[in-house]
Amino acid sequence: MATAQGAALDRKKLMADPIMVTTIVVLITFLTLFILYPLAILLIDSLYGDGNGLSLSVFKRVLAMPTFTRAIGNTLKIGFVVGILSTLIGLLFAYVEVYVKMNRFAGGLFKLVSMLPVVSPPFVLSLSMIMLFGRSGLITRFLLGIYDNNVYGYWGIVIVQTLTFFPVCYMMLKGLLKNIDPSLEEAARDMGASRWKVFTDVTFPLMLPGLGNAFLVTFIESIADFANPMIIGGSYDTLATTIYLQITGAMDKVGAAAMAVVLLCITLAMFAVQKFYLESKTAATLTGKASRARMLIEDKSVTIPLTILCSLGALFVIVMYICVPIGALFPTWGYKFTPLTFKWFGQVFSKYKGLKAFRDSFVLSLIASPITALLSMIISYLVVKRKFKAKGFIEAVSMLAMAVPGTVLGVGYIRGFSGGLFRTGFLQGLYGTGAILIIVFVVRSLPTGTRSGISALRQIDKSIEESAYDMGADSFKVFMTVTLPLIKDSFLSGLVTAFVRSITAISAIILLVTPSYLLITVQINEFAEKGAFSIACAFATILILITYGSVLLMNLVMKFFGTSRKIKEDE
Amino acid sequence: MAKEKKGVRLEHISKIYQDPKTHKDFYAVHDTSLEIEPGSFVTLLGPSGCGKTTTLRMIAGFESPDEGEIYLGGEPINALTPNKRDTAMVFQSYALLPHYNIFDNVAYGLKLRKLDKETIRTKVMDILKLVGLEGMEARMTNQLSGGQQQRVALARALVLEPGVLLFDEPLSNLDAKLRVSMRTEIRRIQQEAGITAVYVTHDQSEAMALSDKIIIMEKGVVSQMGSPQEIYYHPKNEFVADFIGDANFLKGRMSRHEGGDGIVSIGGTEVRVAAAEGVADGADTTVVLRPESTVLADKGYFPVKVVVSSFMGAYQLYHVMLGETKLIIHEYNPKGKKIYAMGDTAYIGFEPGNAHCI
Ligand SMILES: Nc1ncnc2c1ncn2[C@@H]1O[C@H](COP(=O)(O)OP(=O)(O)OP(=O)(O)O)[C@@H](O)[C@H]1O
Ligand SMILES: [Mg+2]
Repeated sequence: MATAQGAALDRKKLMADPIMVTTIVVLITFLTLFILYPLAILLIDSLYGDGNGLSLSVFKRVLAMPTFTRAIGNTLKIGFVVGILSTLIGLLFAYVEVYVKMNRFAGGLFKLVSMLPVVSPPFVLSLSMIMLFGRSGLITRFLLGIYDNNVYGYWGIVIVQTLTFFPVCYMMLKGLLKNIDPSLEEAARDMGASRWKVFTDVTFPLMLPGLGNAFLVTFIESIADFANPMIIGGSYDTLATTIYLQITGAMDKVGAAAMAVVLLCITLAMFAVQKFYLESKTAATLTGKASRARMLIEDKSVTIPLTILCSLGALFVIVMYICVPIGALFPTWGYKFTPLTFKWFGQVFSKYKGLKAFRDSFVLSLIASPITALLSMIISYLVVKRKFKAKGFIEAVSMLAMAVPGTVLGVGYIRGFSGGLFRTGFLQGLYGTGAILIIVFVVRSLPTGTRSGISALRQIDKSIEESAYDMGADSFKVFMTVTLPLIKDSFLSGLVTAFVRSITAISAIILLVTPSYLLITVQINEFAEKGAFSIACAFATILILITYGSVLLMNLVMKFFGTSRKIKEDE
Repeated sequence: MAKEKKGVRLEHISKIYQDPKTHKDFYAVHDTSLEIEPGSFVTLLGPSGCGKTTTLRMIAGFESPDEGEIYLGGEPINALTPNKRDTAMVFQSYALLPHYNIFDNVAYGLKLRKLDKETIRTKVMDILKLVGLEGMEARMTNQLSGGQQQRVALARALVLEPGVLLFDEPLSNLDAKLRVSMRTEIRRIQQEAGITAVYVTHDQSEAMALSDKIIIMEKGVVSQMGSPQEIYYHPKNEFVADFIGDANFLKGRMSRHEGGDGIVSIGGTEVRVAAAEGVADGADTTVVLRPESTVLADKGYFPVKVVVSSFMGAYQLYHVMLGETKLIIHEYNPKGKKIYAMGDTAYIGFEPGNAHCI
């Protein structure tokens, strides 16, 4: 075949670039070792784990446990309900934002709501849910006089997860709606359709794949969620919590591996549908940008009720987030509200080794975030700008990581590294160290970073890098002097996102952390479990301050040093 | 500044791509051989999708040929990466580095070559002067007009004193007026620098104005190469004739040769054509006539009906029908000549030396 020469030449050119080759080899090793291998070992464990060679006996054993089968049912049910609710609420918010003339105040609320879940620790809403609506909840007990309200369980999880995830749907659907060409809808209006009819006949069908997409993304997030079911689930167990208990309570690691495989299969299947079916469909129905600005709905009988409804919803969510810092200031939650006190914050540091917890979390995340940001930019660069054989592998594995629930990864690391690679003792030293925690942080944040890196790089004309290459720069030089400076903003926000994600991570880390490291999120979980909500809130408040602080810092830095924005604006 | 001028030679070069829709392989460039003399200005000309850019990118090293070998100054360069090739490219989108100012853009390649600061400074300043951008070295790229950005792109390539300079439609983002002045500029700079240049365009007037040699490509293969005059006056086939300028085609049969001229019988009438070497007696042939070489008069070879007659300033434009065939005629200096109106009947004729057979 004639193409052989071209391929051989491409390979030869690649080999002439040692830094590039090294980078690719290191990347492949990293991805294989820390993403593929732990997942593979889970499968091996669950197929060979009972010591009788290849058999399905482990699966049979766990599937015979009623707790496990119930957990599967629970998880799917919650995922489904949360997926639907989040998509619908997200759609409402998106529709109102894109189609309805809103005042500034409501706009600000919307923005806040879309940002809060991103920068908050995962269990903040569970905490505030308990504090507002629980047995001694501010609203249930003191406002409504209900004394035995039980927030724990199914509804608790559903409400908390919906409030946590709907902003993601809102952001996704907003992007979609903005891309619908207004003239399509105007044509229908012109032919005499009512607004509602336009929505059901034109807008809705156009968005259908996008809605499915939003639903599945939420579904995956919901069933992978560990923190909320842990705190507010009570006896209502989901797969993530069941797997955790199987390891920490029943000490059945092989069983947990098999359960993790089941959970992984569910998320992977969803991910595959989302990735290969819905994403292409979404792209097909909504091509390109809207050609003109849309005429906003100004009819007061529509705008006022919708704006009020959404603003109230947004306010409610915001109150939930504010509840946590306030909760940390009350002397005794549920009994004594005045005078406000800092004693819990004091106890965090005096009694509960808060300083060590914050230092450990902070330092580990601080180390992990530049590694993550750099790795994801390198991966994006390779994926978008270069062509080589292993590119598909690198892209696929880093995207695959997106579909792996933290709990599954955690179990995989336990099984894969506690006895060294393939239990040979090789690399055993890694287990239980800070290094493996850092690696988990990196792996958990890599997909988000890579995705935003890829979209940032797609904006840059390929010939800019080619011109540098042509003038004599090798790949490394091109990356350092051209690519990286041009995506400085994206790199910076990747850095902060990775930091925030790492310092608020819990699902994988809780399985891997050893007593020598105290992590804030693990502490919060522990105190919330014990019912020590004031201490949990104090911990969470400080964590929130750290994450918000770093986001603010990033915005400041970008304002003063972000060159890429300046370039874009001037063009 | 003129370092060593290098020639480029392509030997049986092919590039195979996969059609993204059908996943079928196809030749974007097929078995192309060509020779570019050191110091000459060569244009690759052809319609969209004919493989010009692909050819150029193979010379630059961004694409690897699937068949054949490319030589630069006698050396095979197939296995060299773009940064190791003695070529410099001027991109259609200019591809200036947006985070650098003009000086740093031009100095980028020199810095990579680890020249000392002073040398870099003099070289950059000299080149900026050559392209007419003195005093602008501190500006950012987005503070320049399109034409100025184009000059920076050119300066940045020239300053490296490459063996060969590659251009991919460098003027297509400029307005028509600027395009004309820039191409004169490019030609001047290329000649001053004495550099070999390969220039891709689909604009035939650009190709005519710039080139020592034009290479016409069609669907991945070379249809003809030669000087602008050769291409214009002696196109080898209808595609080339039609692509370069307007052309009229008269189908007929070669009756015989007479003293070097060919006598072609077209619909029973015999016409005399000077350039008819390649066509055997008795063979089917097509006579190619340029509009400005076709004469409309009261007497001539064939009667035609005038369907369009409009005054264009420099010439009178006629569209006439010869049976079912439409012919275009440009009558230059129409002042004082007989002007035919729409609906008139007239005769067309031509000098034997102005026509040729393919
Ligand atoms: N990376 C690629 N993958 C697949 N097909 C390609 C690729 N690059 C170019 N082609 C195809 O190869 C053919 C030649 O492309 P090329 O860019 O060389 O054309 P061109 O002559 O430069 O056209 P234009 O004047 O439009 O720039 C086209 O059919 C094009 O679609
Ligand atoms: Mg082209």
